[in-house]
Amino acid sequence: MIRVALPAHLRTLARVSGEVQLDIAGGATQRTLLDALEARHPMLRGTIRDHVTKQRRAFVRFFACGEDLSHAPPDTPLPDAVAAGAEPFVVLGAMAGG
Amino acid sequence: MSGVRLLVGTRKGAFVLTSDARRDRWDVSGPLFAGWEIYHMKGSPADPSRLYASQSTGWFGQLIQRSSDGGKTWEPVGNEFVYEGIAGTHQWYDGTPHPWEFARVWHLEPSQRDPDTVYAGVEDAALFRSSDGAKTWQELPGLRGHGSGPSWAPGAGGMCLHTILLHPSNPNRIIIAISAAGAFRSDDAGKTWRPINRGLRSEQIPNPTAEVGHCVHRIAMHRSRPDVLFMQKHWDVMRSDDAGESWREVSGNLPSDFGFPIEVHAHEPETLYVVPIKSDSEHYPPDGKLRVYRSRTGGNEWEALTKGLPQRDCYVNVLRDATAVDSLDPCGVYFGTTGGQVYASADAGDSWAPIVRDLPAVMSVEVQTLP
Repeated sequence: MIRVALPAHLRTLARVSGEVQLDIAGGATQRTLLDALEARHPMLRGTIRDHVTKQRRAFVRFFACGEDLSHAPPDTPLPDAVAAGAEPFVVLGAMAGG
Repeated sequence: MSGVRLLVGTRKGAFVLTSDARRDRWDVSGPLFAGWEIYHMKGSPADPSRLYASQSTGWFGQLIQRSSDGGKTWEPVGNEFVYEGIAGTHQWYDGTPHPWEFARVWHLEPSQRDPDTVYAGVEDAALFRSSDGAKTWQELPGLRGHGSGPSWAPGAGGMCLHTILLHPSNPNRIIIAISAAGAFRSDDAGKTWRPINRGLRSEQIPNPTAEVGHCVHRIAMHRSRPDVLFMQKHWDVMRSDDAGESWREVSGNLPSDFGFPIEVHAHEPETLYVVPIKSDSEHYPPDGKLRVYRSRTGGNEWEALTKGLPQRDCYVNVLRDATAVDSLDPCGVYFGTTGGQVYASADAGDSWAPIVRDLPAVMSVEVQTLP
């Protein structure tokens, strides 16, 4: 079970409170996590990554275990603590705008 | 008793303002979609309970929201806007080719007949259509592909398709406008397009009378006379009596012919409204006086409408989609400002009063006249 922490706007959109919990078969990566998240909550499609290219939106960031994973290749295995559910995978809006 | 419902899009959410036909007491609800930019909301003429809203942020991109109960509840629908075929390039600010990139939906125009059919004008400029209640969107690629697309360039606000006029009786005719490319018309339901900018003159482009490149800010049409079009251009208020084949200037005695919105009275097709702005570099009313100008002669002769509007120290703007008229009698006229005020006139502009004063910057105002 993987824990995903969404920013407030996306929690509202997905109509969830607190963290989202996902079961992902096999080795979890950014790509499989986001695939599972979008399958569970289709309204999030296009808000975190592009519909077609699957590239992360410019002002969205991925943090976990005190590290910025935003620039990691999408097929990189997630940290063990995230895969084990000990730490959340954090999706957040970057500090931008005003 | 009949009434009106104003759909107000702001920089930080949407608001719904409702009143009975007297239009002197208003109920304000919102914000909906709090914290998001609402470029536009509009109801279906075929089913007033069906509403569409364009919701976006720089962080999380574009969403389209749909309501089937007059705005009580909403659901996110399709937000996948993919250009048809190879997206190609348009001209960037520095003159170099720039790939077409979807940024946001500026304007939603529901069909006159079918609540599930809705058009979307987007940045980078293109026209999309949905025929399944906004679940899926398809581009009408003949617009970008008609030939002049590579020479289009963005205005300061982005290269947006902001005006969509659907002919009231001829479903094949669609007129759109793009900043900064100009006006275009299709007579085959959006398959093919051609520029309709003859008579426009823009000193800000190398050839002031070029076929494309004009920064059209808004076009308005009265349903009873769909061949008569009124345009607020970057500078100049223009009129066409032949569905855009030719244009002539009708700025007349306006204190400035720069501005964004233009509107036509619901029952008097020769009565127009504009909100003059000082200049392209100073986006606020001349002399700090917020004045709506009305022409009862189809242009050229304009009168200032000031009663109830601030006549000193006012430096707000009124954006292109932020005016509307209802179809009650007398005609109600509405506009929202970048200062967060929404003003209403229940007497065709003779007098005004604010409905609200302190919303986020208003981006769009639409009105529904309810039975």
